[in-house]
Amino acid sequence: MKVSVVVFPGTNCEMDTKYAYEKLNADVELVFHKNETLPNDTDLVVLPGGFSYGDYLRSAAIAKFSPIMKDVIRFANDGGKVLGICNGFQMLLEMGLLEGAMKRNSNVHFISKYHHLRVVNNENDFLQKLNIGDVLNIPIAHGEGNYFIDEKALDELYANNQVLLKYSDENGIDKNPNGSVDSIACICNKNKNVFGLMPHPERAIETLLGSNDGIKMLQGLMEG
Amino acid sequence: MKVIVNIQLKEGVLDPQGKAVHHALSALSFNEVNDVRIGKQIILQVNEGNEQDIKAKVANMCEELLANTVIENYEIELA
Repeated sequence: MKVSVVVFPGTNCEMDTKYAYEKLNADVELVFHKNETLPNDTDLVVLPGGFSYGDYLRSAAIAKFSPIMKDVIRFANDGGKVLGICNGFQMLLEMGLLEGAMKRNSNVHFISKYHHLRVVNNENDFLQKLNIGDVLNIPIAHGEGNYFIDEKALDELYANNQVLLKYSDENGIDKNPNGSVDSIACICNKNKNVFGLMPHPERAIETLLGSNDGIKMLQGLMEG
Repeated sequence: MKVIVNIQLKEGVLDPQGKAVHHALSALSFNEVNDVRIGKQIILQVNEGNEQDIKAKVANMCEELLANTVIENYEIELA
């Protein structure tokens, strides 16, 4: 299993992501954004969290033009698995690999804390090891995580089982930290090979540090 | 030539920054304000040329990079 983690100027979660996937016995390579191609044997591409290009203009607006991105798009369109975490999710939206857009959090603050999430759908590789209704506890850390999508497109997301996680309280009842439409925290594309979420599963892999609820998600993409 | 691009959140898209500023204005007793929307202005210096062509070029720039047309509208002004 080869995981390619793409590093942009301003990315700051690449080492955590590498650590997490190495702990799961994957072979992890950090790939600089100026490279024009992904390593040949890549099984999974992770676009990690951070502040690519200083969040200038809009979060992730500039990262989509990095040389590596053409190959990331090709990889995704060929059915390759791509995971975007936080800033990586914003990149997938800006690139059009996922639908919708991110706005400033509704309270206009940067939010950094543990937050509960409820599994809405598990008919996909990412959440295959979890059950619908499972409640997870995973850190969030973002200023622009207020997910927006118009109603028609939202209906389609639901119809195609593309809404995967929602922000909730510890009992699994919707609880919205940032104003996202329908408390949505994680979606995938129609073909279910591109996944984006604002929470950081790579920061929840050690019980000693508060939670290991992220492991099952990251593991999911290593199977099937 | 100077080109001014104004970018605004689309109508119907809630503007958290605008709301926060509106709240702050109310706290300062500026009660005559009914709504606040915050956008951005991008000022470009471009080579002189046919105005129609420049407008079309800048529209491309907006579509590809300057605006996120999922949530934002843009207006182009030649100054």
